[in-house]
Amino acid sequence: MFTPDDKMTTGEIKTFAGAISETLKEEMERDESIIIMGLDVSGRGAFGLEAGLHDRWPERVRDTPISEPGFVGTAIGAAVGGLHPYVTITYCDFLLVSMDQICNHAAKMRLLSGGQVKVPLVVQTSIGRGRSAGAQHSQTLLSPFMHMPGLKIMIPSTPFDTKGLLKTALRDENPVMFFTHLLLLRDVKGFIPEEDYTIPFGVADVKREGEDVTIVAMLYMVAKALTAADELNKEGVSVEVIDPRTLVPLDEETILASVKKTGRLVIVEDECKRGGVGAEIAAIVAEKAIDCLDAPIQRIATLDIPIPYNPLLEESAIPDENNIIAAVKQAIHFSRES
Amino acid sequence: MDRTMAELMGKESGYCKGRSGSMHLARVEDGGIYVSSSIVGAGIPIAAGLGLAIKFQRTDQVVVCFFGDGASNQGTFHEGINIAAIWSLPVLYVCENNGYAVLTPATYSMKVKNVSERGAAYGIPGITVDGTDVMEVYEAADKAIQRLRVGGGPILMECMTNRFRPHSQGVKEHRPSSEIEQMNSQCPINKLRSKLIDAKVLTQQADDEIQSRVLEEIEDAVRFAKESKDPDLEEVSSYVYA
Repeated sequence: MFTPDDKMTTGEIKTFAGAISETLKEEMERDESIIIMGLDVSGRGAFGLEAGLHDRWPERVRDTPISEPGFVGTAIGAAVGGLHPYVTITYCDFLLVSMDQICNHAAKMRLLSGGQVKVPLVVQTSIGRGRSAGAQHSQTLLSPFMHMPGLKIMIPSTPFDTKGLLKTALRDENPVMFFTHLLLLRDVKGFIPEEDYTIPFGVADVKREGEDVTIVAMLYMVAKALTAADELNKEGVSVEVIDPRTLVPLDEETILASVKKTGRLVIVEDECKRGGVGAEIAAIVAEKAIDCLDAPIQRIATLDIPIPYNPLLEESAIPDENNIIAAVKQAIHFSRES
Repeated sequence: MDRTMAELMGKESGYCKGRSGSMHLARVEDGGIYVSSSIVGAGIPIAAGLGLAIKFQRTDQVVVCFFGDGASNQGTFHEGINIAAIWSLPVLYVCENNGYAVLTPATYSMKVKNVSERGAAYGIPGITVDGTDVMEVYEAADKAIQRLRVGGGPILMECMTNRFRPHSQGVKEHRPSSEIEQMNSQCPINKLRSKLIDAKVLTQQADDEIQSRVLEEIEDAVRFAKESKDPDLEEVSSYVYA
């Protein structure tokens, strides 16, 4: 079951934070090798993501000093030594501080050892703009990690997807980057079945079916795409919205099948446009489905700037529903003769 | 030795199946070498992590982490040893201080005289030994490991030693020949041999036999490695994911 299904009727509405902490609790009960490390995880965590876990497992839920290379490296060593650490880094911007450990070590150690070691590790972090948090607390750093061989990446946009994907991550023997969006953490609730279910990596979710245009959207942009789709529907434009859910592995098949059906693709991300995830997806579609395209592929993304503090400036730099609607209309009205 | 030599030559029979070469050797099952990193200092927090795993597994194993004087100036030295200290992890941090980081003297890169002084910054013991004296190193390490096994927390052990050749194949020797001569007089193996012969524990003849046996072993290993095959090209993408 990879999408909410009417067989799963027992469950609750939860926030993202609730989904994460419930899932961590269940997985820590199931697997005693799982430990949690990060700043302030023993309290309620920076965003309440690890609520209650330290009280139950004080040895397994450890606060770290502010030493990203230090504690990410420690988590890597613990993983190699047989534990399954879940490391949390408050803002993705601080991943940059630990890039060497994540990219030169976690991602590579299995290959470097010829398969002698494995690195079962989850690195959880939060991304996203729109909170007037300034340039060093507002980045969306997906593409550097999508680019890095040896990692896996999950980007759930709903609490349902979060539980299923996080369970998969904690049962995967590879380093998995788990990105949550701060505005989703703040704003979104969703139904979560009480069953123990996993969502495999590499399976996208068609969040809305449609015939005229394919939108591939990620994280907070999924909700914006769905709002834009509702608006467009009133004008008779039928939009299909695909949420990849994981970037590595990426479900190319679902995206390509959709583009073959609709002939038009708009990619919506709140990453900076240049060299972003959208560029990779656009290239894949151009390589494999060029004959199906009735209009150029479009990428709606954040401007290629560090994000300014002023909220009006920030808002103007990030995609919104109007940008998405305009892009879809452009795709619909594109004609080679004009 | 065979499989190590094969790895240096990038062969499938190497410990890392030719994927690592000399710079990232790992030999887990029959050696307990989980990682060697070519990023200076990067192994220091990773060693702390292995120590954390040992703590959970409640064995009496310890971790030994080797690095040079250059690594002691990396941020990971500070962060990794600090974490090992606050969590009392069973790690022996061994600094081979040979006076140089590539071409730069240690005296230029640090104001403190000995790396071991930095142990105080983390609240852990820091000791300095003569790294060219095999027995001194052995005895200090033995004591340290015993302390680690009873939960004494990490220890920083600095071994003062020499680097007989340049940093790597591509780097020219820049030190004056007088320095090199002085160094060569402090070879740990030569010093140990003299000591053992003086104490009549070893005869010259026995030593000659050991030398030729070892040379033969090396030659066998080189032959094994040369005769081993390269990895399959079809496996180029293997061993990335578990």
